[in-house]
Amino acid sequence: MKRIISILLENESGALSRVVGLFSQRGYNIDTLTVAPTDDDTLSRLTLTTQGDDHMAEQIVKQLHKLIDTIKVVDLTVGSHIERELMLVKIKAVDHDIRIELKSCVEIFRGHIIDVTPSTYTVQLAGDSDKLDAFIEAVREMGIMEVVRSGISGISRGEKFLRV
Amino acid sequence: MELLSGGEILIRALKDAGVKNVWGYPGGAALHIYDALYRQDDVYHLLVRHEQAAVHAADGFSRATGEVGTALVTSGPGATNAITGIATAYMDSIPMVVISGQVPLTKIGQDAFQETDMVGVSRPIVKHSFLVTRTEDIAGTIAKAYFIAASGRPGPVVVDIPKDVTDPSHKVPYSYPADVKMRSYQPTDKGHRGQIKRAVKTLIGAKRPVIYAGGGVVIDNASDQLTELAQALNFPVTNTLMGLGCYPGTDRQYLGMLGMHGTFEANTAMHHADVIFAIGARFDDRVTNDLEKFCPHATIIHVDVDPTSVSKNIEAHIPIVGTCTSVLTEMLAINKELKSKPDVDAIAQWWAQLDQWRLDKGIYTASRYEESSGNCIKPQDVIKMLYKVTGGEAIVTSDVGQHQMFAAQYYLFDKPRTWINSGGLGTMGFGLPAAMGCQLAFPDKDVACVTGEGSIQMNIQELSTCSQHNLPVKIINLNNAALGMVRQWQDMNYSSRYSESVYEDSLPDFVKLTESYGHVGMKITHIDELEEKMRECFAMKDRVVFMDIDVDRSEHVYPMQMPGGSMRDLWLNKTERT
Repeated sequence: MKRIISILLENESGALSRVVGLFSQRGYNIDTLTVAPTDDDTLSRLTLTTQGDDHMAEQIVKQLHKLIDTIKVVDLTVGSHIERELMLVKIKAVDHDIRIELKSCVEIFRGHIIDVTPSTYTVQLAGDSDKLDAFIEAVREMGIMEVVRSGISGISRGEKFLRV
Repeated sequence: MELLSGGEILIRALKDAGVKNVWGYPGGAALHIYDALYRQDDVYHLLVRHEQAAVHAADGFSRATGEVGTALVTSGPGATNAITGIATAYMDSIPMVVISGQVPLTKIGQDAFQETDMVGVSRPIVKHSFLVTRTEDIAGTIAKAYFIAASGRPGPVVVDIPKDVTDPSHKVPYSYPADVKMRSYQPTDKGHRGQIKRAVKTLIGAKRPVIYAGGGVVIDNASDQLTELAQALNFPVTNTLMGLGCYPGTDRQYLGMLGMHGTFEANTAMHHADVIFAIGARFDDRVTNDLEKFCPHATIIHVDVDPTSVSKNIEAHIPIVGTCTSVLTEMLAINKELKSKPDVDAIAQWWAQLDQWRLDKGIYTASRYEESSGNCIKPQDVIKMLYKVTGGEAIVTSDVGQHQMFAAQYYLFDKPRTWINSGGLGTMGFGLPAAMGCQLAFPDKDVACVTGEGSIQMNIQELSTCSQHNLPVKIINLNNAALGMVRQWQDMNYSSRYSESVYEDSLPDFVKLTESYGHVGMKITHIDELEEKMRECFAMKDRVVFMDIDVDRSEHVYPMQMPGGSMRDLWLNKTERT
């Protein structure tokens, strides 16, 4: 099953490569990976998704914990959580009807058109991964030129939080 | 505050970290450091002949003493030559700091002369690594490196220092941190008390228990506590290859080593056990054989300081994360408090069974191989002779292969830190430099490197280091003129097709070779001369002696687990199996 693993780690050079290296070294796959400094710029928050059963997920979490730079690790999929992904899609939009249809499609998915040229629309969409997948299927016929996805960011629901 | 250059700061910080000796090899990027070394007397440097040997020697020193070993190498090839040594230490959880010179910061990334991304190259085989980018950070980084290397599950730490950071013209104030605190690293010490209590109760309720103790007990200096607990309960103990010596090898309750070349009684006892108390061991594939068939009746208690080792290969019923010493100490206390005691009749019955197994097929109750005679010297007999001549008191290092297994089986280690081998990585070439490290730590002890003509040639250049630094190790070369373990597998699995496992008369004359380094060489070809020559060898306290002993070329190591079987599925000799 899909696992969303959230990590707080020291914002130091080499820290990210240790996390990524661990996955290849231990034979796990990373499906998505997103990382950026937090409000405290000595800390990075990293969210990655992978596939694995309970035993594998437990090992991954323990192995990540073992890295010296890692401060906290949590498998978000164990509890109630929210996941979001940002996507930018550039679509060929020359024909008038297509431009109209695309606009309505973007509205249905509650996205935004953030760049327009006479022959293209660039759409921004945020949501869970299924929604983003669905949008891609909906507009595929119109002619997708480019897709950029941020990878999943996750946070647990309610009172729980990940902080030093 | 005193102003020091980066090189001076490094050496001063090593001293403040308690380092007395460093094994290394100079080179361009490390020259500022070497100059600082030259101008002081606190840290003693031993010049090796290859960087791999520097790391193995530091490793051997660490294994024999429990202190953190230190190696110093230059950038590029110096650093990459150290890699095998670092990986060896990593696999066996040996505390070590490896300092590597690096090209100047201004040249990093430019494919400069002797540039290698050491932090990158070593990443999967270190506990942690640092690239120092400011002279001011050197002392603090060294303090952190030694703290990380020695605490929790120990391991090697790399500190990569660019040349401009140690520039003699750039001086900064020196201060060594009084203690190290890291918010991201707080290793577990004490185990969960409730779990520990459960573990003790489970042990007391056991009818067919086995204590399975590994290298963690040695590393954490928990042998006394382990021995006390085992003897208080009257439970049998088996040690892993890495754990040899953590329980006295000559004790009645000792079943011998377990695993691929473990004894019949240890492996069979594991298979039939109802409770297995695993401590400081990690259910390695060379122990368990097929995981699906592993110990089908056992409740498993697993104590390890590293949470990732617990339930990694075998699901533990009672997992305990904590240091061996703290957990065993607590178990001893709980055992004394508890009213209930182990079922005496059940344990007596279990011992009757174990003793029967020992008697029937054990390697200590009878000779399970053909006796040596004339020019046919059995390698097992050489190890038995080594034990006899050294009174079981030597520090024995080994390389990797058949000789390693014979040494592990037939030299009975009564004390921890006396059996020094590369268990996890299986590094040929480890034995001689590791022996140098042991000899440096214990100048008055007999240090024997049990090796083969294959392994010894992987670091034989260190005979020169032994001369320069007066390290009178004894080399016991079990010469069977082949890569013995490779040939054994080729005999067993490849219809004796000896693909590249023999040397076609290309072996050197080890006696002459040794003599050319100024040492003593001996050639032994007859069993009758073995004892006398070996006594002669160990009587030469201040000389390196190389005993080149021709042993039976056809001998195999037994017992041997059958691949894909359970622990008790063993070949006992070339024709007999369980």
